[in-house]
Amino acid sequence: MRDVAVVAFAQSSAPAEQRRNDVEILMPVVQDAVERSGLGHDEIGFTCSGSNDYLVGGPFSFVGALDAVGAWPPIRESHVEMDAAWALYEAWVQIQKGVVDSALVYGFGKTSMSDLAKLMTLQLDPYYLVPLWPDADTLAALQARAYLDATGRTERDLAAVAARSRTAAAANPNAVVTEAVTVDDVLSEAVTAPPLRRSECAPITDGAAAVVLAAEDVARSVCTRPAWISALDHRTDTHALGARDLTRATSAAIAAEAAGVGSGPVDVAELHASYAHEELLLRDALGLREDTDVNPSGGALGANPVMATGLIRIGEAARRVHDGDASRVVAHATQGPCLQQNLVCVMESGGR
Amino acid sequence: MGERCAVIGVGQTHHQAKRLDVSIAGLVREAAERALADAALDWDDIDAVVIGKAPDMFEGVMMPEIYLADALGAVGKPMLRVHTAGSVGGSTAIVAAGLVEAGIHERVLTVAFEKQSESDAMWALTVPVPFNAPLVAGAGGYFAPLIRAYMHRSGAPDHIGLLVALKDRANALRNPYAHLHDPDLTLESARESPMLWDPLRYVETCPSSDGACAMVLAGERGAAGTRAHPPAWVHGLAWRSEPTMFAGRDQVNPRAGRDCAADVYAQAGVSDPRADLDCAEVYVPFSWYEPMWLENLGFCAEGEGWQLTEKGATAFDGDIPWNPSGGVLSSNPIGASGMLRFAEVALQVRGAAGEHQVDGVRLALGHAYGGGSQFFSMWVVGAEKP
Repeated sequence: MRDVAVVAFAQSSAPAEQRRNDVEILMPVVQDAVERSGLGHDEIGFTCSGSNDYLVGGPFSFVGALDAVGAWPPIRESHVEMDAAWALYEAWVQIQKGVVDSALVYGFGKTSMSDLAKLMTLQLDPYYLVPLWPDADTLAALQARAYLDATGRTERDLAAVAARSRTAAAANPNAVVTEAVTVDDVLSEAVTAPPLRRSECAPITDGAAAVVLAAEDVARSVCTRPAWISALDHRTDTHALGARDLTRATSAAIAAEAAGVGSGPVDVAELHASYAHEELLLRDALGLREDTDVNPSGGALGANPVMATGLIRIGEAARRVHDGDASRVVAHATQGPCLQQNLVCVMESGGR
Repeated sequence: MGERCAVIGVGQTHHQAKRLDVSIAGLVREAAERALADAALDWDDIDAVVIGKAPDMFEGVMMPEIYLADALGAVGKPMLRVHTAGSVGGSTAIVAAGLVEAGIHERVLTVAFEKQSESDAMWALTVPVPFNAPLVAGAGGYFAPLIRAYMHRSGAPDHIGLLVALKDRANALRNPYAHLHDPDLTLESARESPMLWDPLRYVETCPSSDGACAMVLAGERGAAGTRAHPPAWVHGLAWRSEPTMFAGRDQVNPRAGRDCAADVYAQAGVSDPRADLDCAEVYVPFSWYEPMWLENLGFCAEGEGWQLTEKGATAFDGDIPWNPSGGVLSSNPIGASGMLRFAEVALQVRGAAGEHQVDGVRLALGHAYGGGSQFFSMWVVGAEKP
């Protein structure tokens, strides 16, 4: 396998974005990431994005986004209707093929235009589940309740995750959450989808993110401390919630095992947890120890531009390596109801 | 590139206007099981699944792969979902082949589908999108002016489009999976076909189909073993994208298509596509796109594509048969239409195309395009390992 690293990361500043459309949000982010990479636009070998037509409200969300890239002369390009973390996976595969040495990856989501929790219902089994109209918050609450009942954890544990995440987000200029909260603040909120409270659910966010990947000498020449991808794996669970043990994130555990998360200490983990209990499930699934700094950015509970949220986890984790704050980090992305599909990315400061 | 990639199994559904007998899951499963049977493999032998389809509004299911994970045997495995507009069937195969060529997986199942009867593609293509001026043209309305521009540029006579339709529909009679089977179609009856988007008549337009296509791709170890048909080896694959519109963009003969063809030919050692290739399956959703793509893909000089069609060069018994399966004009499950092109040329080089088998095919081109003639994906497959 070739050594491939995240060499640049950029994201939108969430609070400022609501008045822009998705391409307007994306354009400066792509520009920023490419500039940070030190590569010229014409030196990017491959481009891949992740977005969702239903968030945009029309077909071909990714077509307009090409205007943010400036695809002329014509470029090697592809798109996944998935969180952009999977676009990064596809780009990593193309670099592994050896045909290209670098790639631009981006994702964007404008969730303020719809009722997000209801909209996500449309990704469920259209014959048996959609007619019951269980929204995303309700399904998450089902999993949260199952998890609390099975583990003996309490609503206070969920509130602690929310308080820590939101306090971290308040210090992150790119997050939409701007106020720190305490555990008691969270517990005093009304329950929105029992047992989940408002602060335990991700906020509505418009935003975008972009990452530049580079291989071997290209990475070394443009980046002082590349975040080398030492492992990248992704898996899916069954869609049938009744057939799953909702108290475990089984496919996340398979991906973490395959990626060798447990083969060394993890300084920082950025976990794609859109609900407080998901962080607890994911800590279990990835086998993270107590000394790992989880979601220092505030995570998805601080900003959740759907389709970019997972890619931001990779970018935020990589940034800790770029800055010299961490030497081994883990990023996680998810999509589908109740953590159905999961991606795990391990990055390190030293090349393999 | 590390590993060589081969197509060792191909499957497709019987394409119809309405497959009311199956769910979406049943449809993709049908194609996937046929591909696995052709590859003499079982679900457990598959390392990863790559699925593609065109816009989700074509069925009204957001990110349907999430619900299809079980039907695709992907539980516990990696699963990717590709969406690159009409070129997606081809792009999906390219992503799947990449997993093999990069040495990440040994056997990959790739599937593409569309179940158009679940929703309404014309509606989905014309729905007003926030922040954008609505086009309200649908695909035919979008491409008809480009066809007019081609006719004006090339001086092609008006009946060329009808000849393409007659040829592809005649080829479809040899293909039991094709949606349209009309043995009574003649040039005279085609001339009477209703005008939909001038100059395109009804008979010159692709149908709306429910259908799926699947392939099993494998590396050299995975391709070993005895099967009813030999593998088709990937000799080259390429994709290119360009923006929908800007001043000076040539939408009739787009540069992304020319660049993509040059890339895939260079990989496959093709210098003269008409002479070096034995057949091609090219994405022709509206009749006139045959002469237009003949030029874009370098099968002749610019302005001469219609002459090849008129002379019968692209006919089943011509020197370079195009769309012996009947093509997109005879079956159009949109998201799968590109993969069907890729899969049909794999069948041809494997000698597995049945009644629409062209004699002696050793090297063939599969092609797909999408968006406003701006997304292209292509591969060249051959009978020999490169």
